[in-house]
Amino acid sequence: MDDDRLVIAGEELGSRLIMGTGGAPSMQVLREALTASGTELTTVAMRRVDPSARGSVLDVLNECGIRVLPNTAGCFTAGEAVLTAKLAREALGTNWVKLEVIADEHTLLPDPIELVEAAEQLVADGFAVLPYTNDDPVLARRLEQAGCVAVMPLGSPIGSGLGIRNPHNIELIVERAGVPVILDAGIGTASDAALAMELGCDAVLLATAVTRAQHPARMAAAMRHAVDGGRLARLAGRIPKRRYAQASSPFEGLATS
Amino acid sequence: MKVFVNGEPRDVPEGTSVAEVVASVTAAVTGVAAALNDEVVRRSSWETTALAHADRIEVLTAVQGG
Repeated sequence: MDDDRLVIAGEELGSRLIMGTGGAPSMQVLREALTASGTELTTVAMRRVDPSARGSVLDVLNECGIRVLPNTAGCFTAGEAVLTAKLAREALGTNWVKLEVIADEHTLLPDPIELVEAAEQLVADGFAVLPYTNDDPVLARRLEQAGCVAVMPLGSPIGSGLGIRNPHNIELIVERAGVPVILDAGIGTASDAALAMELGCDAVLLATAVTRAQHPARMAAAMRHAVDGGRLARLAGRIPKRRYAQASSPFEGLATS
Repeated sequence: MKVFVNGEPRDVPEGTSVAEVVASVTAAVTGVAAALNDEVVRRSSWETTALAHADRIEVLTAVQGG
């Protein structure tokens, strides 16, 4: 298992759990949760400088030795997302970007048209693009064809904690993908993360399930174990489901026979 | 002349540079990027890029998210 490492855009990551930083009540809680999660890659958002802000999420990531993955959260058009990605590259010195182009504030669902447009522009500009996408196998393939280094289908809407609403689609995406598939959004608890890995996803990206849990560090540890367990189960090859029971103890040799 | 810094109108002297505006909103020397009228201005060009009347300058940094 030691050589079972996640590789994105040619770079190895030792953890298959990618964390978000949104929603943590304090930098200290965030620090504890990130440490407990074992993550090596963590998202941040890009926003106007707030002169009154205390403490920087970048300082926390630096202290923890975690690689930063800027996102384009809050962008509604390809143009907004491309500008935000370019600002993130300039500010943070990374060409990796979690590409989010949402359709509306109510559902936070991706706008597929704008998403593909932004992905094409960013790939042409040298970015390693990790798009947050719908659980649509066709769209996932279009994004891969556009040159994205991973595809990140949602399990259910961002922050909903509804888990994976269409496991069949996730399986279809996994079967056809030539780049890592990262289940992004909708995770509510550890079993959701384990299921994502059992379905064949290469990694899980989550934030709210940990940062808004009653005990974030404890939930972060739970997610770490769930991702590891789910990955092992996937590699181990589960038994086929059966309609009727199959005894695991022999019937021969009973005292009553 | 009047410019817009992170959406807020502000009066600045002629010849004010991007570097001066950035320094006025944050003391951070890393983790910050600037855009002038929706185009990124590389850090190496902040000193030499002067603002014009009605320019829109955005100064961004990383915050908790996603």
